[in-house]
Amino acid sequence: MKQAMMQGHGDATDSRLAPAAWAVLMLLGAGVGLLLGASGGSTGWQWPWQARLDPLQWQIVADIRVPRSLGAWLGGALLGLAGALAQGLFRNPLADPFLLGSAPGASLGVCIYLAVAAGSALAVPGLAQLGQTGAAFLAAAGAVALTLLLSRGVQHTQRLLLAGVIVGVLLGALTSWLSLLRPELARAMQGFLLGSTGLVGWSACALMAATLLACMALSWPLARVLDALTLGQSTAQSLGMPVAAARWVLVVALSLATGAAVAQLGLIAFVGLAAPHMVRALAPMPHRWSLPLAALAGGLLLLLADLLARVLMAPQDMPVGVLTAVLGGGYLLLRLSRLQASGGAA
Amino acid sequence: MSAALQAMGLRVRLGQRQVLGGLDVCIERGRWSCIVGPNGAGKSTLLKALAGLLPIEGQVQCLGQRLDALSRQERARRLSWLGQSEPVPDDLCVHDLVMLARLPHQGWLAAPSELDRRMVQTALQAVQAWDWRGRPMGELSGGQRQRVLLARAMAVGAELLLMDEPLAHLDPPHQVDWLEQVRGLKAQGTTVVTVLHEIGMALQADDVLVMHAGRLLHHGPCADPASQRAIEAVFDQRIAIHEVDGRWVALPRVS
Repeated sequence: MKQAMMQGHGDATDSRLAPAAWAVLMLLGAGVGLLLGASGGSTGWQWPWQARLDPLQWQIVADIRVPRSLGAWLGGALLGLAGALAQGLFRNPLADPFLLGSAPGASLGVCIYLAVAAGSALAVPGLAQLGQTGAAFLAAAGAVALTLLLSRGVQHTQRLLLAGVIVGVLLGALTSWLSLLRPELARAMQGFLLGSTGLVGWSACALMAATLLACMALSWPLARVLDALTLGQSTAQSLGMPVAAARWVLVVALSLATGAAVAQLGLIAFVGLAAPHMVRALAPMPHRWSLPLAALAGGLLLLLADLLARVLMAPQDMPVGVLTAVLGGGYLLLRLSRLQASGGAA
Repeated sequence: MSAALQAMGLRVRLGQRQVLGGLDVCIERGRWSCIVGPNGAGKSTLLKALAGLLPIEGQVQCLGQRLDALSRQERARRLSWLGQSEPVPDDLCVHDLVMLARLPHQGWLAAPSELDRRMVQTALQAVQAWDWRGRPMGELSGGQRQRVLLARAMAVGAELLLMDEPLAHLDPPHQVDWLEQVRGLKAQGTTVVTVLHEIGMALQADDVLVMHAGRLLHHGPCADPASQRAIEAVFDQRIAIHEVDGRWVALPRVS
C-alpha cells in the first residue's frame, strides 16, 4: 500500500533549467540587446564597428545609443530587484516597487520642480534635467519616509501596505491639484508619468549602476531571511533569523532601488511587478537566486521595450512606459489565463 | 535537573486581552507532553510563549537557562517550533523548504554541510517525501504539505520539539507514522510538546496539560485517572475516556 502511494509521486526528476543556466541566458540576452541598442536608432541601422569610421556617427553611438540602452537595462534591473524585494517582504505576489509611495512621491516632486523651475532661471536645459531627477529622488525618499512614519515602522506588513496606499492617494491628489492650477505643466508631467529612456546619459548610468550594486549588496545576504519569511514571521523567528533588523535593511534597499530608477526614467509601469513573476514561472527557487534573476529579467524586459520603442514608430520615439505596460501587462494576463486553466482542470 | 522547559508566573497579553494568566508549568525532559483544552483556552499561545515567540511577563527557562538570555541562534538550535496554519510558499521546492530548518546551524553565507544534507534527507524519508523532494510546494495536497512541514520541524535536530496541531490534514496511516516518529525522537532524548485537539491522539502522550480560559487546570500522566477526569471535566463531561486493549480512547457521551 505504502509502495503504491510512493510510486504515484515518484517523479522527483526535474527537467527545468537550473537557475544558473537562466542567469547566463539572461546575461547573454542583455549583451545581444545592448549590441542591437547600439546599432539602431532614428538615424537608421548601423553596426558599431561601421559607425567607428565616422566621428559624428560614433558620437551618436557612444553618447546616446549605448548609455540609453545601458540605462534601460540598469533601470529595469533596479525595478526587477525592487519588485522581488517587495513581493518577498510583503509575501504578496501583487506587491510592486511603488507601493511604499515612491511613485506618487516622485511625481509630486517633479510637478513641484516644474512649477518652480518654469518661472525661474533654473529652466536651463542641462541644469533642469539634473534638477528634475534630484527632485524626483528626494520626493520619492520623502514619501517612503512618510509611509514608514504613518505605519510606525516596518514590522507590521498590513499597516505598511495601508500607509503606502494612504500616502499614494494623498500625494496623488496634491499632484493633480497642482497640475490643475498650472495646466502648462501637464505635457511635461505626462512624459514623466509614462516613463522614458530617451534622456539617459552616462552620469545617470553610473548612478544607477552604483545603486544597483549597493542594493544587491544590501539585500543578497538577507536572501535566507526572505526564504525563512515565506514560512511566516513566527517560523522565521523560531529559526533564529533577525527578522526585525532585516526588514529595515530590505525596505531601505527597496526604496533606494525604486527611487533611483524612478528619478532617472520616470514611472515605468509593470517591470517591477512582472519581472519577479517571470522568474517564479521558470522554476521554484530560493531568494539567493530569485533576487539576482529578477534583476536580470527586469533589465532584459526594459531593454527589449526600449528597442521596440525606437523601431515601432521610427524615426519617432514611443514612450517606453507604454511598451512595458503592454509587454508586462500582456505577460501577466497570459499567466492569469494559464492559472485559470490549471485551476479549472484540477 | 530534569526540566526541559519551565515557566514561572507566565502571563501573555494579546492587545487588551489577557490570554494567559500567571501559569507555572514544568515540562519534563525526554517525555511527550500534550496540551489539551476547549477552543480559546490559550493552548497555542502557551506553546508560542514557551518557544519564545511572544512578548511575555514572567519567565521561561529552557534546559536550565533563561530563554531570553539565549542568543537567537542558540535558542533556534535548542528549540524547534511548528505553528498551526502558518503560510506555506507555493514556489519553493520541498527540499529547499526543509533545508530552511538548518538555518540555525549554518554560518551566515555558508553552504549546507554534509550533516545538513543528511538531516534533511532523514527527515524527508521519515515522512515519505524524499521521492518528490524536487516538487514545488504549490503542487502538493494539504496532507503532503503538512508532512513536509513536519519534516522541516524535525530536521532542525533540536532537543525540544514544539508542534501545534501536527496532525492536521494527515490521513490515518500518516498519523500512525507520526506517532512512531515521536516515539523514535523520545528514544533519542528529544522532548516533545504538542497541542492536539483530538483527545484520542492526545491520550497517547506521556503527560497531559489541561487548560481552560488561560489557566492550567491539571498537569499529570495520561494514564493517571485524575488526568482523565480532568479532561472529561474540561469538556463539560461530553466525552468519556475508556480503556481498550491497554490504550485510552475518548468517546462522545451522547444522552
